[in-house]
Amino acid sequence: MRPMADDRQPLRRRELEAVEIDLFADGIHEAYGFDFRRYSRPSFRRRVWRRVEAEGLTSITGLLERVLHDPAAMQRLLSDLSVNVSAMFRDPGFFRVFRAKVVPHLRTYPFLRVWNAGCATGEETFSVAILLKEAGLYDRTRIYATDMNDAILDQARSRSYPIAKMREYTANYIQAGGTRSFSEYYAADGDRVVFQPSLAENIVFAQHNLVTDRSFNEFHVIMCRNVMIYFDRELQEHVHKLLYDSLTPFGVLGLGGRESLELSGHRDAYEAMDDTERLYRKVA
Amino acid sequence: MGCGIVAIGASWGGVHAVSAVLGGLPGHLPVPIVIAQHRGEEGPTGLAATLGRRTAIPVVEAIDKDVLEPARAYLAPPGYHLLVERGGVSLSTDEPERYSRPSIDVLFDSVADAYGDEAVGVILTGASDDGAAGLERIRRYGGITVVQEPGTAERRTMPDAALRLSGAHRILTLDEIAPFLVKVCGTA
Repeated sequence: MRPMADDRQPLRRRELEAVEIDLFADGIHEAYGFDFRRYSRPSFRRRVWRRVEAEGLTSITGLLERVLHDPAAMQRLLSDLSVNVSAMFRDPGFFRVFRAKVVPHLRTYPFLRVWNAGCATGEETFSVAILLKEAGLYDRTRIYATDMNDAILDQARSRSYPIAKMREYTANYIQAGGTRSFSEYYAADGDRVVFQPSLAENIVFAQHNLVTDRSFNEFHVIMCRNVMIYFDRELQEHVHKLLYDSLTPFGVLGLGGRESLELSGHRDAYEAMDDTERLYRKVA
Repeated sequence: MGCGIVAIGASWGGVHAVSAVLGGLPGHLPVPIVIAQHRGEEGPTGLAATLGRRTAIPVVEAIDKDVLEPARAYLAPPGYHLLVERGGVSLSTDEPERYSRPSIDVLFDSVADAYGDEAVGVILTGASDDGAAGLERIRRYGGITVVQEPGTAERRTMPDAALRLSGAHRILTLDEIAPFLVKVCGTA
């Protein structure tokens, strides 16, 4: 093994960086109330570094100084930290199973409340809206789409997405069992498309922080996919309790394809609705 | 300097190469293995089974917050980045890096940060320069770096890029990699 000339100094840098990340999360919590202290360390660290570089800075401490003194920089950081779902009908199989196994159950209710927790720019919210519309359930549904980031909710409210994405979304939609022509749902506007206003009629976009806010209603369906992967185990447990408390009896919880209830203390409170897709019914 | 984890990155031709490396490892390897193999987002999910066919090491497609256990290989799922913290994995759906998700750089960077001088990084065949920066990070933090001998790789672009940016403690043929890992990490 060749010893490296600057052997000690980089190790020191690694330890220092760990100190900086702790300070960073503490400082933001103190100053702004956003609590990233229990975010999953490796992805939080990556996202913070990306913002450090985008701001033309060289250290996490430097970024802390900037976001403490400049709320606009804090807003940019927040946007980096709140983007999660990246595609409409991401994991088409999930939506196919939702149609086949969840929709029949939902038909038994006269009124439906759906919570899309951590909705970011709304791709998943509108996917659910389209699905429920095609199932004939949308008119008796209210979808609450929440995110901790107000600015990103404005993007979701605009219903506007890049036209370049429509090819992928259309393929997903078809694979997800969509029954119409996907282009019926939007109108082109330059290099963007705008989804129909009627899709947003029963959607309430609202600011809600899964880490620090409480349950605010009881829902028949909660979608929280690929949001908790950014949290550590302890915070995941906290959010699982929040979601559990927010579900009606026999309410349905939808998670991301590589998230498991197996690791959660709430796993016995749910029963899997499918062998592969992460759809769970609250049974206890 | 001990060995706490082995990270393997591969792209074009990687299914064969990763299988060959895993095939040479004993079922009682005392450390976990994490793998980023480039793959299509829509692809079939049988890759873990394929890679696990000829090895004593169980290969699983990682689930978020899986606990890392010795003598087990954790494969990055399609459409996700695989990241590591001490003792466990974390997934992310952040943007692809260098057009790749999973990205080898993302995985190796997290391995370097979590395991420091107890990390072992292995770059195998591929037609990409993903992994070079990650391997360099592992090396800078005191870990051990291995690159497949470019002339013996199905595609030499990735080993070449890794050697250019990071260099390696060992440049080995596929057959030599598993014995070297056993030597470095022991057999408990």
